Amino acid sequence: MLTAEEIRKIDHEIALVPVRKAACIEALKIVQEHRGWISDESLLAIAAHIEMSAEELDSVATFYNLIFRKPVGRNIILLCDSISCYVMGYEQIYDHLKARLNIKFGETTPDARFTLLPNACLGACDHAPTLMINHDLYKDLTINELDEILKTYK
Amino acid sequence: MEMPLTQHISFNRPPLNLNDYAHVGGYQGVHRAIKAMTPQEVMTVVQESDLKGRGGAGFNTGTKWSFVPMNDAKQTKYLIANADEMEPGAFKDRLLLEGNPHQLIEGMIVSAYAIQANTAYIFLRWAYKKAARLLRQAIDEAYAAGYLGNNILSSGFNLEMHLHTGVGRYICGEETALLNALEGKRATPRTKPPFPQVSGLFGKPTIVNNVETLSNIPHIINKGADWFKDLSPGADAGTKLYGISGKVNKPGIWELPMHTTIRQLIEEHAGGMKDGFKFRGVLPGGASTDFLIEEHLDVKMDYKSVAAAGSRLGTGTMIILDDHTCPVGFVHNLEHFFAQESCGWCTPCREGLPWTEKILLSIENGQGRMEDLELLEMHTKYMGPGSTFCALAPGAMEPLQSSLKYFKADFEKHINEKKCPWR
Ligand code: SF4
Ligand code: FES
Repeated sequence: MLTAEEIRKIDHEIALVPVRKAACIEALKIVQEHRGWISDESLLAIAAHIEMSAEELDSVATFYNLIFRKPVGRNIILLCDSISCYVMGYEQIYDHLKARLNIKFGETTPDARFTLLPNACLGACDHAPTLMINHDLYKDLTINELDEILKTYK
Repeated sequence: MEMPLTQHISFNRPPLNLNDYAHVGGYQGVHRAIKAMTPQEVMTVVQESDLKGRGGAGFNTGTKWSFVPMNDAKQTKYLIANADEMEPGAFKDRLLLEGNPHQLIEGMIVSAYAIQANTAYIFLRWAYKKAARLLRQAIDEAYAAGYLGNNILSSGFNLEMHLHTGVGRYICGEETALLNALEGKRATPRTKPPFPQVSGLFGKPTIVNNVETLSNIPHIINKGADWFKDLSPGADAGTKLYGISGKVNKPGIWELPMHTTIRQLIEEHAGGMKDGFKFRGVLPGGASTDFLIEEHLDVKMDYKSVAAAGSRLGTGTMIILDDHTCPVGFVHNLEHFFAQESCGWCTPCREGLPWTEKILLSIENGQGRMEDLELLEMHTKYMGPGSTFCALAPGAMEPLQSSLKYFKADFEKHINEKKCPWR
């Protein structure tokens, strides 16, 4: 079941496009914004509202890197593992995060505080290495400041 | 030296709002184009300026526009700003999006007028959160000032503008894949022809231009084609945003005339290599371009010169390989990216890229065999131009094929010593 709030936002997007289906990515984004991830139940509800098959919607949902089809933690750490960050030593940042949080890429801490994911280039390569937590971008990272950064996310 | 694109960009303050932008001459391009020029005249000036697509392909922008069928005035048409910039090592459009969003919007209004499109989209990379916020504000201001919406400057021309933020897939930067993404589909590329100019978004004529390309348009309208050509003493017109990342003293981004050499960029602008690090090679135009090496340092960063040296200008954002970084690990990192971002539509790319990634990893881990080098060579042919559905796989092969040419000894050393000499 979609909430009234979700439906209102999705209908706003539907009104902007000539065919209903074209709003399906926006709909996935809206529901994920509210619920953190897209469960099977959410997927079925969105598909019914958009009037497309759940299979087709799932093929779209699973295509894009940032639609989560599995539960994630409250805070999502996206660590850039692309080339400029490789040259500037993202692997050390990763080692440190692994040790601190006791999770690898793709995992969530048992208290659901953090999910750690590798991510392709964050577009701040002149300030590599970089990572993003939720909406916040951190640049020119050093291991020393990582613990302080993590502390601010509850 | 004139720097039209970045003249009003400063890192010490937020971007200019509409009033301040108008105060320094902003939106004059819209006034001039819509009030004093026909769409055809706008198209002609842009074509004559020889502004080439700044997203990497390097095609004449005005010529691209001229393929839009203009005979049916009632026909729905679309203009799209490709702000998906997702190639590793590329960060130039971010500067324009965060630094002067009104310049892009102005360029889009003029461009939409030229092709008589009444709807425009900005397809923005999801990671550019700050740009999204600034663009939303700027679009609202432009509506409030009457530069967007109905009957712009009482001309009868209407334009709606929407911001779409992606959900992360490199292939969305490919213009036909981008159209599918905007239509709410998997972002697999489409067959060409029909070209998007004729049948694009929702089957309607559509122009997709890069952010840097569009940001140049107001200046060309205001100052003319010859002025634009004169910005560069070299063969290619205009200025270019160049970026450098890697072990240099001052990584960053600069607007410079098209003829600037690689050496000038590294030494004068990026402050040279960091102490203790030596230059070994550079991907001059982003992750999907061929390596150039020391002998190419005096190559000019324009379309023709970089091509003559065996690579591509691409996005103009260079990634530097230094002597403390393993070339095999470097290329493995790139192929990992391309394998992961392959849309999976065609077999050579879907199967071939993970294969090259695995071979490179085994060489990097000291388990490689000499035959693997031939296998890699083979893949560069099987995924070369013409063998795959779109340019992602051939692009992925460019750094691989050139690393086998310039850094073969490093590959062999891994195989002979059964380990990575850098680890
Ligand atoms: S080359 Fe790769 S990205 Fe392009 S269509 Fe084929 S599988 Fe998709
Ligand atoms: S490669 Fe890490 S931000 Fe671009």
